[in-house]
Amino acid sequence: MFLTYLRRELRRRARQAILIALGLALGVGLVITVTAASAGVRNAQSEVLHSLYGVGTDITVTQAAAPGEGGFGGFGFGFGGGGGSGTRPKAGTKINSNRLSTGAYGPIAVTSVTAIGRLKNVAGSAGALMLNDSKISFTVPSFSGGFGSGSPSGRGSFKPPVFFSVAGVDLSTGALGPLSSGKITSGRTFTATDASSDVAVVDADYARQNKLSVGSTIAIGDTKGAGTSFSVIGIVSSPSGTGSNVYVPLGRAQALAGMAGKVNTIYVAASSATEISGVQKEISGLLPKATVTTASSLASEVTGSIASASSLANTLGRWLAIAVLAAAFVLAVLLTMSAVARRVREFGTLKALGWRSRRVVGQVMGEALAIGLAGGIVGVGLGYLGATLVGKFTSPLTASVGQLTGSATPGGARLFGGGRSGSGRFPAGGFPGRFTHAASPTVTVHLIAPVTMGIIGGAVLLAIVGGLIAGGFGSWSAARLRPADALTRVA
Amino acid sequence: MYKLTDVGKTYQTGRGTVQALRAVNLSIADGEWIAIQGPTGHGKTTLLQMLGALDRPTTGSVEFDGQDLAELSEADVTMIRARSFGFIFQTFNLIPTLSAQENVEAALVPLRVHAAERRDRAAAALADLGLGDRLRHLPSELSGGQQQRVAIARALVKEPAVLLADEPTGNLDEDTRDEIIGLLERLWQERGLTLVLVTHDSPVARRAQRIGVIRDGKLKVSQNAVPARAADADDAALG
Repeated sequence: MFLTYLRRELRRRARQAILIALGLALGVGLVITVTAASAGVRNAQSEVLHSLYGVGTDITVTQAAAPGEGGFGGFGFGFGGGGGSGTRPKAGTKINSNRLSTGAYGPIAVTSVTAIGRLKNVAGSAGALMLNDSKISFTVPSFSGGFGSGSPSGRGSFKPPVFFSVAGVDLSTGALGPLSSGKITSGRTFTATDASSDVAVVDADYARQNKLSVGSTIAIGDTKGAGTSFSVIGIVSSPSGTGSNVYVPLGRAQALAGMAGKVNTIYVAASSATEISGVQKEISGLLPKATVTTASSLASEVTGSIASASSLANTLGRWLAIAVLAAAFVLAVLLTMSAVARRVREFGTLKALGWRSRRVVGQVMGEALAIGLAGGIVGVGLGYLGATLVGKFTSPLTASVGQLTGSATPGGARLFGGGRSGSGRFPAGGFPGRFTHAASPTVTVHLIAPVTMGIIGGAVLLAIVGGLIAGGFGSWSAARLRPADALTRVA
Repeated sequence: MYKLTDVGKTYQTGRGTVQALRAVNLSIADGEWIAIQGPTGHGKTTLLQMLGALDRPTTGSVEFDGQDLAELSEADVTMIRARSFGFIFQTFNLIPTLSAQENVEAALVPLRVHAAERRDRAAAALADLGLGDRLRHLPSELSGGQQQRVAIARALVKEPAVLLADEPTGNLDEDTRDEIIGLLERLWQERGLTLVLVTHDSPVARRAQRIGVIRDGKLKVSQNAVPARAADADDAALG
């Protein structure tokens, strides 16, 4: 009887039921679309942050270089090899320099990594050395006039300098560190036995551009400008290509950079997401001069269309969804109450027949619930369609993070601002001694608005709640009906 | 069966207090047929509602089978309505979305009768009233007389002790009125029902054993001197 009565009643006021269900469906659909879009933007942000940060890393610790320390440091090759001090190299002399420098980050003692690892709520810590390699090669031209004021002439040759980033990776820390966001696509990653070997893992984009593969060799400089040949043992692909170009064992990087016992970036994993803030404070207390960055603080630095999309999804989209949903709820409540008001005669009669109030209430609630459920199902379809359209018609999102000399962000690629590959060449005509210009890596991410079972379940629940609210108001007025009043009103 | 003692009922309306019933005293025996007459708005329906436990008196008591209905909980009163009282309304009050059979079944729902038994009993009740071929018809597909017969079937399917009818012929033409009153009379006789019938219609009222007239909330009951069927015979002789 319950279901028969429910079905017939809904059929009788089909137009009204459809209107309520469509209102709820629209609200639910918008909620799904906006939630999916927000989740998509969050995923994209997370992808960007992970690529910069390393999967599993909650906090990074860096320290700004002291004045005169670190930085690019210039090429610094001397001209003293020829005729003594002040003499210029002989025309036709070939100059090769391959120099390693520490970029914008100052050194931190390895003992700090251990100290951070011992802090409460820290699950792991790993030190890394983020370095910049600069190669220059040219033949000294003949000069007319005095050195320094004259202009080069005659037969000299000059190749534009080549820059790439090198990350010294602590091989003992496993999943934490600059390599953690990458995926080995060829060869292998480091093992503990590689600690003192001249072996390197190369970023896939960089390897493709420079025709490197497993078994190739790559020269990495040192502080004196000499190159050391490293054998490529693996190719790694970073999610958004913002990792370093070349990864070498930390010990070898320290030796080449003259930074024994030092790192310049520490990756920290907290024991749980809720502890990140507390751990951040503890590290700041332990290393007062250090810049302690969390994913959330880094997220606030993300600019580009991804930030606009995030803002759009989190403000306009959310409020629009809430407004439509609220309007749908109000509409459902008003129409249900109006339907109950028109059925006073029915309910009075049923009560006269001996139906208890709770059975009448159950009937009204059942009808409202059925409408809510129908609205929820249609809403899921609309939401799925909306999320698909968002994914299909949204242009790829771009994200830029911070400034070169701003807050510390690991991932050597950004130091050279070269986009996906992270490597670049300076234009001919000038070599700054220290990179202080704004050089933000721009990462392109395709937005996928995922409609998860959780979102679907939540949305259907929302529609049911809408139905129950409407039914609650309707049945409240039905329950209050005294049979004599109801029948008198009919009369 | 019924004993009403000094029953009074007042309503608060926007225009003030309305005294619908004033010190009504009435006893109704098992199997008795009493008709209630009176001008519109003088308390006929209010009295019927008191008898049907649809409302509670402001003063006095309404005893049914020794129980004061005013003292019972709402749940108990609802159960008494479900088991013991059958209602028939002037406007039939059928559920428009339910078929004739389902409307009759609705009276058995609160008694927790199994669905299959409900269907059988409803079908039998309708067949008994000549509506065996109208089980699946919606109220809108039935004539006024047929709708009232469905309402009577709904009132009787649970085999109540009391049948309370409020202007059951008020919306019917004369032929149908006679048909329905004849039907009620037959059922009253066959089933030993207690029948309380509110009506404006004097020929209908004259079929009852006693006639109560209510004016300004005051009830006067008199024995019907001429038996119902005798009245019919007299009418026929005069006609």
